[in-house]
Amino acid sequence: MSMSQDNHIATQYASRLDPGSALAPLQEKAMQEFKTLGLPTVKHEEWKYTRISSTFRPDMALAQHAELSEADVNGFRLPGDAIEIFVVNGVFKSASATEEVTIMPLEQAAAGPFADIVKENLGHSSKYHPDGIHALNTAFVNGGVFIHVKRGKVVEKPIYIYYVNYNKTVSTLALPRTLVYVSAAAQVQIAEHHVSLGSHDAVTNQVTEVIVEQDAVVNYYKIQNEGPAASMVCTTHFRQTGKALCNATTISLSGNIVRNNLNMVMEADHGESHMYGLYLLDGKTLVDNHTIVDNVKPHCFSNELYKGIMDGASTGVFNGKIFVRQDAQKTNAYQSNKNVLLTNEASVNTKPQLEIFADDVKCSHGCTVGKLDEEAMFYLRARGISEKNARSLLLHAFAVDILDNIKTAPLREYVDHLISERLGFNF
Amino acid sequence: MLTIKNLQASIEDKPILRGINLDIKPGEVHAIMGPNGSGKSTLASVLAGRTQFEVTGGSVEFMGKDLLEMSPEDRAREGVFLAFQYPVEIPGVSTTNFIKTAVNEIRKYRGQEPLDAVSFLKMMKEKMKLVNIDQSLLSRSLNEGFSGGEKKRNEIFQMTMLEPRLAILDETDSGLDIDALRIVANGVNQARTKDNAFLVVTHYQRLLDYIVPDFVHVLYNGRIVKSGTKELAMELEEKGYDFIKSEFAVTEEA
Repeated sequence: MSMSQDNHIATQYASRLDPGSALAPLQEKAMQEFKTLGLPTVKHEEWKYTRISSTFRPDMALAQHAELSEADVNGFRLPGDAIEIFVVNGVFKSASATEEVTIMPLEQAAAGPFADIVKENLGHSSKYHPDGIHALNTAFVNGGVFIHVKRGKVVEKPIYIYYVNYNKTVSTLALPRTLVYVSAAAQVQIAEHHVSLGSHDAVTNQVTEVIVEQDAVVNYYKIQNEGPAASMVCTTHFRQTGKALCNATTISLSGNIVRNNLNMVMEADHGESHMYGLYLLDGKTLVDNHTIVDNVKPHCFSNELYKGIMDGASTGVFNGKIFVRQDAQKTNAYQSNKNVLLTNEASVNTKPQLEIFADDVKCSHGCTVGKLDEEAMFYLRARGISEKNARSLLLHAFAVDILDNIKTAPLREYVDHLISERLGFNF
Repeated sequence: MLTIKNLQASIEDKPILRGINLDIKPGEVHAIMGPNGSGKSTLASVLAGRTQFEVTGGSVEFMGKDLLEMSPEDRAREGVFLAFQYPVEIPGVSTTNFIKTAVNEIRKYRGQEPLDAVSFLKMMKEKMKLVNIDQSLLSRSLNEGFSGGEKKRNEIFQMTMLEPRLAILDETDSGLDIDALRIVANGVNQARTKDNAFLVVTHYQRLLDYIVPDFVHVLYNGRIVKSGTKELAMELEEKGYDFIKSEFAVTEEA
C-alpha cells in the first residue's frame, strides 16, 4: 500500500461520505481501521498464497459514475425470468420493479423503515475478517443495496445481482456492499454475477451479508467468469439467527486473482448449511476459497464439497475452517476438497482447519490432489474414444456433481454450458 | 486376423511376457489358460494398448496392420475389444452416453455417419436382451455401484454394441455365479460369426463348457508352453496347474 494510493482512497472517501447519513459512524470507524491495517500482505496467515495488494493500482478510479448501455447489459445478463439488481462500480444503480421483495439503497434502509435491521446486522461479518480489505469495503458502505424478503414469502423468481466493474476507460476499484434480510419461513434464490466490461485493471472488493431467520431457505450462487485483468475479493457472510437452511454454490472459472470468503454462522439449534464450490482454472488464474463454518449452537449440520481442476500455470487455494464452540454439542460438520492437476505448472494449496471446543460432535474432513485417473482414461480409450474426448468426459463428470446443486434450472444450464465449452465437452 | 510373434513385455523392467507366439483366424475361439501370475492378463492388456507395460520385443499384426504402433482408441476402432477383468467405475458418466460416444467415434473412424437417436436406442434394446441387462442400469453412472456380475454383463453388452472383430475377454468369468456365467456366455455365443474371433483368458475350465474353444493354450511364466484343443482344458481341470508347473520347471532347468 503506497502513500499515494492511501491518499487517493482517502480523497475519494471524503468526497463520497455524507456526514449526516445513518451509516456515517460505521464508515468513519472502518476508514480508521483501514488506515491502521492497510491491505494484507502474504505475511498475513489468511493471505499467505494470495498477493492481493499487488492488484490495487494507486490510480484506480473508485465508485465513479458510469451508465450501462443495453448492449452492455445484454452481454452479461443471466438467462431466465429474474428479479435483476444492477450495481455499477460498487454503487447500487437500479432494480427490477417487483412486489415480491423490497429492494432499496442501503443508505435509505438505514435511515428509514429498516433502521433496526441494518443497525443490528450490517457489519456482522467484520469480526471474522479483521483486515484492511474488509474495512475498506465498509468505509464505502453507503453505495450498497438492501434486500428484504417478507415473512413466509416464497419468492418464485431468482434474484440476480450483477456487480459491474466499468473498466472501459480507466482501471477501476469497486466496493459493492449488499445486505439481505430473509424473514422467517421465507424462501429465496440469489445469484451474484461478477462482470467487468473493459480491459483496464479491475478490482472488486465485495461484501454480502445474508441474515436468515427461523425456517427460511436460501439458495445462493456466485458466478465468476472474468477476464484476465479482473481481480476480486468476495465475502459472503450467512448468519442464521433461527433454524434455517442455507445452500451456497460458488463457481469460479477465470480472472486474475480471485479470493472468496464464505462464512456460515450457525446461531440457532438445528441449523443446516451446504457449501459447494467448483474452480476450473487455466492460464495464471489464482482462485482462493476460504470458508468458515462457525457452530455456535448445538445440533447443527453442515456439509462442504469443493472441487478444483487446475490447468496451465493456475493456482488453487482452499482453506476450510470449522469452529465448534463449547455449547455446540451434537454438531455434524463435514468437509471435502478434491483437486485435479492437469499440468506440472498448476498447483493447489489445501488446508482444512478444525477447531473444536465441544466434546460430543461428528466432524470430518478430507482432501485429495491428483491427476486424471489413468485407469479410467484407458477404459474410455479402449472403447474407441479419443484421448481428448476421454479427458473431457472425465473432467466434466468430475465437475458436474457440483452443478447439480444449482437448483435454478436456467442458471444451471448456463453454467454447464460455460464449463462444457471450456472442457471441449459436446456429447 | 491376429499374428503374434515372439512378443515380449515387461513392467518396471520386470519381464512378464517372454516370447508369445499365437495365430488367430476369423471365426476361431482361442482360450488362454494358466496359473496366477503366468502373464495372461498382461497379454490381454498389451494387445489392448495399456501403457504401463513396455513392449520389449516381437510383433503383433492385426488385419495386416502393426497393432503395437496404434493408440488404444485406434485399436478399438480397428476392431479390438477388451472386456476388462476389473471394469472401471466412472461417476458422472452415464453408461448410455458413454456407449453412444464410443459407437459414434468408431463409426466416424470407419467413415460412417453417426447413429441417430432412434437407431441407437433400437440397437441398444436388441443388445440389452442378449445379456439380460436392464435399462435402469444403463442410465446410471458407468459401473458405479454395479455388482460384480452387473459389471461383467455390462462389458459383454458393450462388446455386442461395438461389434469388434477380435474380442479379448480377460477373466470375464471370475466372480460370476453360474447363472451370470450362462448369461455372459450366451451373449458371447450369440455374437460369434465366421468373421470375428475371440481370445478368452481364464483361470478355470468352467467357462469353456459354455464358450467352446477351438484351441486352448497354456501360458506359464510368460510363454505358451502347451497348445491343444478343448480336451487340454479338461486335462488341466483334472490335474490342476501343478503338473504344468512341475513339468515345465524341469524343462527350464534342463
